[in-house]
Amino acid sequence: MSRLVVKNGRVVDPSQELDRIGDVAIEDGIIKELGKNIDATEAEAFDASGLVVAPGFIDIHVHLREPGFEHAETIETGSRAAAAGGFTSICCMPNTQPVNDKATVTSYIISQARQHAVVNVFPIGAITKNSAGEELAAIGSMKEAGIVAVSDDGKPVMNARVTRRAMEFARALDIPLIQHCEDLHLSAGGDMHEGLQSTRLGLRGIPRSAEDVMVARDLILAEATGVQYHVAHISSRHSVEMVAMAKQRRLKVTSEATPHHFVLSDADMRPYDSNYKMKPPLRERTDVEAVTKGLVDGVIDAIATDHAPHPGAEKMQEFERCPFGIIGLETSIGLALERLYHSGKIGLLPFVRLFTTNPARILSLSRGTLRPGSAADLTILGLDHEWIYDVNRSPSKSRNTPFNGYRFRGGPVATIVAGRIVWRAGA
Amino acid sequence: MGKGLLEIESLTREEIDAILARSKDFQPGPGQAFKRFDILKGRTVVNLFFEASTRTRTSFEIAAKRLGADTLSITASGSSVSKGESLVDTLNTLGAMRPDAIVMRHEASGAPHFLSRYLPIPIVNAGDGTHEHPTQALLDARTILDRRGTLEGLRIAIIGDIAHSRVARSNIFLLSKYGVQVVLCGPASLLPREMGQIAPGVSLTNNIEAAIRDVDVIMMLRVQLERQHEAAFPANEYFQFFGLRPEHLELAKPDVVVMHPGPINRGREISSEVADSQRSAILNQVENGIAVRMAVLERVLAG
Repeated sequence: MSRLVVKNGRVVDPSQELDRIGDVAIEDGIIKELGKNIDATEAEAFDASGLVVAPGFIDIHVHLREPGFEHAETIETGSRAAAAGGFTSICCMPNTQPVNDKATVTSYIISQARQHAVVNVFPIGAITKNSAGEELAAIGSMKEAGIVAVSDDGKPVMNARVTRRAMEFARALDIPLIQHCEDLHLSAGGDMHEGLQSTRLGLRGIPRSAEDVMVARDLILAEATGVQYHVAHISSRHSVEMVAMAKQRRLKVTSEATPHHFVLSDADMRPYDSNYKMKPPLRERTDVEAVTKGLVDGVIDAIATDHAPHPGAEKMQEFERCPFGIIGLETSIGLALERLYHSGKIGLLPFVRLFTTNPARILSLSRGTLRPGSAADLTILGLDHEWIYDVNRSPSKSRNTPFNGYRFRGGPVATIVAGRIVWRAGA
Repeated sequence: MGKGLLEIESLTREEIDAILARSKDFQPGPGQAFKRFDILKGRTVVNLFFEASTRTRTSFEIAAKRLGADTLSITASGSSVSKGESLVDTLNTLGAMRPDAIVMRHEASGAPHFLSRYLPIPIVNAGDGTHEHPTQALLDARTILDRRGTLEGLRIAIIGDIAHSRVARSNIFLLSKYGVQVVLCGPASLLPREMGQIAPGVSLTNNIEAAIRDVDVIMMLRVQLERQHEAAFPANEYFQFFGLRPEHLELAKPDVVVMHPGPINRGREISSEVADSQRSAILNQVENGIAVRMAVLERVLAG
């Protein structure tokens, strides 16, 4: 029997509306009990004095690049980056090579993760075959193999009829459908948000409307089909408004935001630096404010990174030739603490909810709680822990981040997965 | 200026004044030949053109030679670029040969900015994508100064495909620094509303008559049909609504100056009568291109 007691931490668990100093006892990878002065003899003890002890944080939007693009990231390296970022569970998008559009690929990912990953990996399957947007993928058998949602992330389903059929199918299978909302005709050729900055820099723009048009279409179809629908990486202020409206109408609709979309605007971009190039693009200050407000108000349910590794050579090119996406697992909590918690916008319980209870609810994961009997996944945070992000020391295989050298106040200090400490700050 | 010349936007008015003043020294007197100098004797300037351009490349080459520099011109086709070498590798290779400056044209906006972060050699931007073409704006300013004596208080119309024009951007940034009222005109799909905010004193219109009324200078832009990836406007209607014709000139100031960065499309954006008229400064622009580029190269290399 292995036993670990996390002592004297500020235990914050939104699933039980809990915020008090105490201990968490873990036995054989399961939470045994919460309490005070739990006996730690014959157990490993972790002194969490002055630290926050939360349910393991979950990132529901990650690209692990395996199979197919192992030069950019592998399930192992991505999972190590997740651990170093304080995440105990990650959900990986299906745009691998081959695309995760059938049970064999799902099973491969799950088996690789069992062998090599240091955190829990939950695969997301494709909506359509090869994410080509035409024929539905084998969603039913992928679900049996272990996918937790479907998405053609990066390649939105452009055809409204196919989207409708996919939603009907997903609803019947009781699996959420996640859309990367981007009308590809409106965004075609664009490299950054269309606005004053793109006009100044002579770069082709991706208009806000490219996102809004598809969010609007999908919300209409979600209402018609009754699917559980999730908007990935929401970035436009209009889309936030539309999701708020859908929630008022009691649709089964949720959304997520990435840290870069509530921290950076297009005006913060270092000109022609591809570490600021992603989809959706960094938008305007008013959008950043709307996304932040959406997180505070509960219109946006979760923070997800859209961790998108690309090797240096691909990002060391003319801006318009560089692929979209940045890595984000290690900087997510720090950025969120700074912008949401330390700025006084939200308290600690709602903050933790954005990373635990909510993402677990969206994808029906049996995680994100410290209730006795649950998997012993814990994220230990230092709210005033000062650190500087050095991407060259990242366990990720890729280095594409705009936050290298960023000075943080607050961040993860230890990550515990199934009762095992998989990462500790400075170790 | 720091190293090289990447754009007009970040230059100060004093820096621009200095280049414009110096370029006057390099202009030949009436009926005279260009003078030769040995200011850059022993220095090497590489012209690296990833995009075809006869006039700008030739102009830079002549400018460098008149200052006594050795020049070497490389165009993308037939070089390692067409063999799939990355831009960084190409430039590193050239950099290892230690030229004193690289004059570069590239079809990607920001390509010289990106490279200047990695390369210690000064880069002169000879046009980057749809971003800037700084020496074009400088030579345009020199040309206006030759005819008007000052830029301040002028009203200048820029007409054509504003969205995709690096010439327009550089000119807007430059003219705005001198308090010029800049009127931009073009089809709505080629005239983003944000253009009105990129610099002070800029206004927009889709009507060529409104644009030209009482202007001191008309700058026509080349209609780049090759850059139209989509039907942004009905092509056969362009000349009818945005082409510059003799009757338009009546709306402008009597001594209006007509300019065009070339090469001109007669009958597409400008009629032959206007292009060849007394008011046309198109050939002066070409001549001034050399003088201005001499001033730029001297400034970049003398540092």
